[in-house]
Amino acid sequence: MTTDLRPQQRSSAYWAVVDSWTMVRRGLLYYVRQPTTILWQLGFPIVSVLLFVYVFGSAMNIGDGADYTSFAMPGMFAMTMAFGFMNTAYAVVLDKEKGVTDRFRSMPMAPSAVVSGRGFGDVLGAAVDLLVLAMIALVIGWRSDGTLLETLYAFFLLLWLRFALIWIGIWMGLGVKNTEAAGNLFAVAFPFGMISSVFTPPSMMPDWLGFIAMWNPVSSTATAIRELFGNPAPVGGSWIEQHAQLMALVWPLLITAIFLPMAVRRYQRLSR
Amino acid sequence: MNDSDGGLAVQAVGLVKRYGKVTALDGFDLEVTRGSVHGLLGPNGAGKTTAVKILTTLIQADAGTATVAGADLRRDTQEVRRRIGLAGQYAAVDEILTGRQNLEMFGRLFHLGSSRARARAAELLEQFALTAAADKGVKEYSGGMRRRLDLASSMILAPQLMFLDEPTTGLDPRGRGEVWEAVRALVRQGTTVLLTTQYLEEADQLADRITVIDRGRRIADGSPAELKRQIGGDQVEVTVLERTDVAAAEAACAAVSELTPLVDPDRRRVIVPVEQQLDALAEVARRLQAAGVEVEDVGLRRPTLDEVFLRLTGHPAEDETPAQDEPQPEGVAR
Repeated sequence: MTTDLRPQQRSSAYWAVVDSWTMVRRGLLYYVRQPTTILWQLGFPIVSVLLFVYVFGSAMNIGDGADYTSFAMPGMFAMTMAFGFMNTAYAVVLDKEKGVTDRFRSMPMAPSAVVSGRGFGDVLGAAVDLLVLAMIALVIGWRSDGTLLETLYAFFLLLWLRFALIWIGIWMGLGVKNTEAAGNLFAVAFPFGMISSVFTPPSMMPDWLGFIAMWNPVSSTATAIRELFGNPAPVGGSWIEQHAQLMALVWPLLITAIFLPMAVRRYQRLSR
Repeated sequence: MNDSDGGLAVQAVGLVKRYGKVTALDGFDLEVTRGSVHGLLGPNGAGKTTAVKILTTLIQADAGTATVAGADLRRDTQEVRRRIGLAGQYAAVDEILTGRQNLEMFGRLFHLGSSRARARAAELLEQFALTAAADKGVKEYSGGMRRRLDLASSMILAPQLMFLDEPTTGLDPRGRGEVWEAVRALVRQGTTVLLTTQYLEEADQLADRITVIDRGRRIADGSPAELKRQIGGDQVEVTVLERTDVAAAEAACAAVSELTPLVDPDRRRVIVPVEQQLDALAEVARRLQAAGVEVEDVGLRRPTLDEVFLRLTGHPAEDETPAQDEPQPEGVAR
């Protein structure tokens, strides 16, 4: 044995950051080792784009003769972020099921890094997803008419939503038994992503459904980024629809405030 | 070795763990000598895994104290983690990464820094004969290779104490042999190994000392030879014709052994381990004759694995009353 095996002595704050980065790096290595992961994750959004823009698109009338592709694309971005919590949940339950989580927990690493590494890693992954989706959107004719700053801010709002949903993903991932059960989370993800302003304005839905869709956090983000991109964003007169920009910031903050402590608590309860 | 722990790698006293109404550990004690391979043997659900999870800091005990690798389990948790390794069914490697990427990641997380983590990964790959497969995804590994990588991942800091939780469960004989060889190599380097297993043979192959656990308690403790003498030697088996004679047969068997006979009334059968086989057999036969018991079969038999467990645990798997008269070779707390 030649390597010096004495661990480096640094502050716990240092290790919280460095260990978290090691965990993020692990997530990035997944993309390198399995580039097809991105396609699997984007499979549903891409098929939805094709379905809604090309199959239903000609029958879609969102009023004022607005272009449906320009309306649907930002919705697609928001929906991809909304479904993202399933990727988080799946990764969490896989680690738990395989015993990887227990290996981490038996090591002298910063305990927070398992959760924070997952969080930051998934946001980075979501940024890659968005990049690929945006390129597809550009190819089929979507454009941002906003300034560079507005456009970047719109993408920030999307990642901000994804960041908030990580905690729901971790919380749910730690809550379900195995990967098969995690597949059932689609039953939650589907209405969460779809009953929103992603594909149709809530004002065109039956009143009760439209009300739910309006108050869906995904709708606020979708409407906010449509406004920022300068894409058609038909909204009704309700307060929630009028304040999409504000709510695109507030909703994720609220979700984080509720689910971050719940996720951490569930993680700590593994030692019960 | 320092005097405070008397050369013990693990000293656990009165560990208790409850899950709702189920008591997984019920005052479990364990002493593991430094430099030894210690087998923790017991049927499914006996509390082996719970004990390992507590001693490796994965779960917290409801009561009891333990010193692990010289550090206090409760107060000095991170220090325990630096000094131990955990491998087996509940501590896995990442299947998507390569073997090398796994070891480098764990090296970083053990705070070696990136360059030493790289160097250590290369060393361990060599040591566990994985260099050729180092840059393949773990998904492509055979069962034996995977367990070896698992062992290597637990060896990053060359811990003084390794926990191997059922390290060969589900492996074919070849994979099992590979893992055994790797464990022997660890021991040659002076690592203390605590091994849980359901296989008596595995404990026999590897362990210097065995603790038998059942229903969350230690029920026997000794070297394999001692335990075998107690449980694995010849036994006299008597089957009587009439069910009413079972008690008489039990008395005859009890008279020839220090151990309590196992009685199976449904099969009208009594079994007792004996040391002087022929003398014991003759004595049992004589006593049965004197009592006028009609016998279907009398003979000497080697015990089956089931009987070994039955003998040590004092009850069949589903029985609810623990035996109070089990042999306790060493000062076992009750």
